[in-house]
Amino acid sequence: MSEPVWITGIGLVSSLGEGVEPHLAALRAPDAKPVVDAASFAPFPIHPLPSLALDAQIPKKGDQRQMEPWQRLGTYAAGLALDHAGARGLAGEMHLLVAAGGGERDVALDEAICRELAALPPGEAGPLLNERLANGLRPTLFLAQLSNLLAGNISIVHGVTGSSRTFMGEESAAADAVRIATARLAEGRGETALVGGAYAAGRWDMLLLFSPSGGLLRGDWVPLAGRPGGGMVTGSLGAFLVLETARHARARGARGLAAIGAVRNGAARRRGGDTARASALALAEGLPLRPGHAVFSGASGVAGALEEERAFLDTLTEAGPVRFTTDLLGHGMEASFPANLALAALALQAGLVPQALVTGFGLWRGEALAVLEPVGEEAEG
Amino acid sequence: MSGLRDHAGRHIVAVTGMGLVTPLGFGVAESWAGLLAGRSGISRITRFPTEHLKTSIAGQVVLPEEAGRPPFSSPERVERMAALAAAEAVAQAGIGGPFPGPLFLGMPPVEVEWPQRLELARRTNGEAAGSYPAMIAAAAGRGDLFEMFLFGGIGERLADRFGTRGAPVSVTTACATGASSIQLGLEAIQRGEAAAALCIGAEGSVAPEPMIRFSLLSALSARNEEPERASRPFEKTREGFVMSEGAAALVLESLESAQARGAEVLGLVLGAGERADSFHRTRSNPDGGAIIGAMRTAIADAGLEAAQIDYVNAHGTGTPENDKMETLGMRAVFGDAPPPISSNKSMIGHTLSAAGAIEAVFSLLTIRDGMLPPTINHEVPDPTIPLDVVPNRARAAKVGRVLSNSFGFGGQNVCLVLGAAP
Repeated sequence: MSEPVWITGIGLVSSLGEGVEPHLAALRAPDAKPVVDAASFAPFPIHPLPSLALDAQIPKKGDQRQMEPWQRLGTYAAGLALDHAGARGLAGEMHLLVAAGGGERDVALDEAICRELAALPPGEAGPLLNERLANGLRPTLFLAQLSNLLAGNISIVHGVTGSSRTFMGEESAAADAVRIATARLAEGRGETALVGGAYAAGRWDMLLLFSPSGGLLRGDWVPLAGRPGGGMVTGSLGAFLVLETARHARARGARGLAAIGAVRNGAARRRGGDTARASALALAEGLPLRPGHAVFSGASGVAGALEEERAFLDTLTEAGPVRFTTDLLGHGMEASFPANLALAALALQAGLVPQALVTGFGLWRGEALAVLEPVGEEAEG
Repeated sequence: MSGLRDHAGRHIVAVTGMGLVTPLGFGVAESWAGLLAGRSGISRITRFPTEHLKTSIAGQVVLPEEAGRPPFSSPERVERMAALAAAEAVAQAGIGGPFPGPLFLGMPPVEVEWPQRLELARRTNGEAAGSYPAMIAAAAGRGDLFEMFLFGGIGERLADRFGTRGAPVSVTTACATGASSIQLGLEAIQRGEAAAALCIGAEGSVAPEPMIRFSLLSALSARNEEPERASRPFEKTREGFVMSEGAAALVLESLESAQARGAEVLGLVLGAGERADSFHRTRSNPDGGAIIGAMRTAIADAGLEAAQIDYVNAHGTGTPENDKMETLGMRAVFGDAPPPISSNKSMIGHTLSAAGAIEAVFSLLTIRDGMLPPTINHEVPDPTIPLDVVPNRARAAKVGRVLSNSFGFGGQNVCLVLGAAP
């Protein structure tokens, strides 16, 4: 049993704006420029969140208050995807697969405690830490911080309740989510799935996690081609896709934006001969790529992975244009792979490209490839 | 070949290896013996100062290599316990060399923790002392911190150690996480994507901040003077769950693959069901719809009727809310004569991300030995809970099929059906 799976809706929010229009415009314009905030988190440039009319997707203020920015961003983007697919009425039976990172910490509280406790001997610091946390932590922040609560909020706000799974592991988590969602629909376990992730750039807590890798770009923003030593710029990104069996979409008269030809992912140890390039080459074996296929690269910008990806891309025969989408959106971790699938689906539907290969080379681990195909005329009838 | 396929034509999935680390002991035998003896694994916290904490008790796994050094971070603890459980499971399955399938790891979210934050802060000074930008500057070159606290770090190291195939998959569905990891492995084998899967649930979050956070949600028991009596699922004076830690690992294999290589089949994973709730972040819909839906879906996925379930391994956290809702679910699914149900959490506490996997192992042992583990601390029955909770003492019973419940914060509910070896 293997039923074709289509993308029937996308919900995309980035520093460029929200929805189809700004992103399709950026794909059409070869000289499209990103939105960069180089000051707020100096020395790290970031791509900031656009201002969102939250009430449009998260009508209850109480729900908005129970979330931090990354959850609001993801819940908002998930709602856009449901609307774009015309799938609100299907939410009750829809599977939900989310790729999530860590939630926001209370940075002001962390800094106040660090300032006070750093001066004390560890024996005194322990009890005082308990006291400061017990008095300072807000109860709602815990729920805003739990990784699985992005999915929980999407269930609460949009009523998506068929199932709920949250994957972790940076970029790879999203490839796992899309691959598993596609496999479940293809084998007949359900007809629709909502899959994606969100990353709110401009968070000191996440910069503390990623900066010790040495992989973050410092100073002024320049495009990937102008970063000789590589460098990652994090980008605010919410990206969700509605996946649907072709059978189900046809039956309800929904249009397919693109058909999923393949989704594969792996993880090289990235030592010795077990390289990211070799991992991607193995994943690419037998992919039905045609001459002129466009590449939507999810490169983070981190030097090692970028070299590996470039070497892999060089092996592709008769590839069309390669687009490093981090130059437009920045790198949105768990949201990057679904965002690139969304961009590729838009480009296919607009007739800008004949076929798309979407790549994901994680900043530390994880390689992913997906092939998107146009949805044929006869299929749309 | 029909003996190798289930009612839906899918590969039948066997369990050929199990491993456990719980507050009752290291290994399956020690943990199971403690459980059947009705022993509590809950104790006063000794790992860190508990002044100003409302709750100062927990289930704790004391790792020998931790003696005489500062406590491990959560990812270190999770990785070590997961590796211990996985090593036991893989050895029992008789698998040498690289593991012939993918890794599914149920684990808690992790982040840079207070000891690391304070260590960095101590190296900052002046006006910016303790600020994030200053700590980031102090963390330059600390690739060890980056790799330790990445969400993908634990899965990568376990995949490296056990030689699992493909990308390691890490999953979190709150208190249903361990069950989700088994469900992912089950499905991968059912659809023929893999012949075997290493499924792990692991938890290591007993630390001041997580305890304070759960306390702020009024979720924890504060019966600090009587740790071993604090976890009281289904009992009238229950007041919350007791945080705990541990790990379980299961080697899943298609029955076909297990038989072909002559492996001993310990039991079967017959089915799984899930349902998300859209009602509230920490409470179930009062109609119990999602809990009932998950239980019914799991039983149907196994190709069974409710009456064919012999025993239920409860989610049974000991919070007033959970136990009330689980009772509602039991009565809705099983009618007036529900099978016995007991809560392992009365003894080992709530192992959160590990619970679904630990309780799946205990469910298989229940079938193997024909012994129902008790719900201890059952002193004052709750008249609103008309269930046979196997009070206080283990009991012999013939058990062929077990429903294991896991219900999570955030509305994520997963139920598994485990069965005897054919």
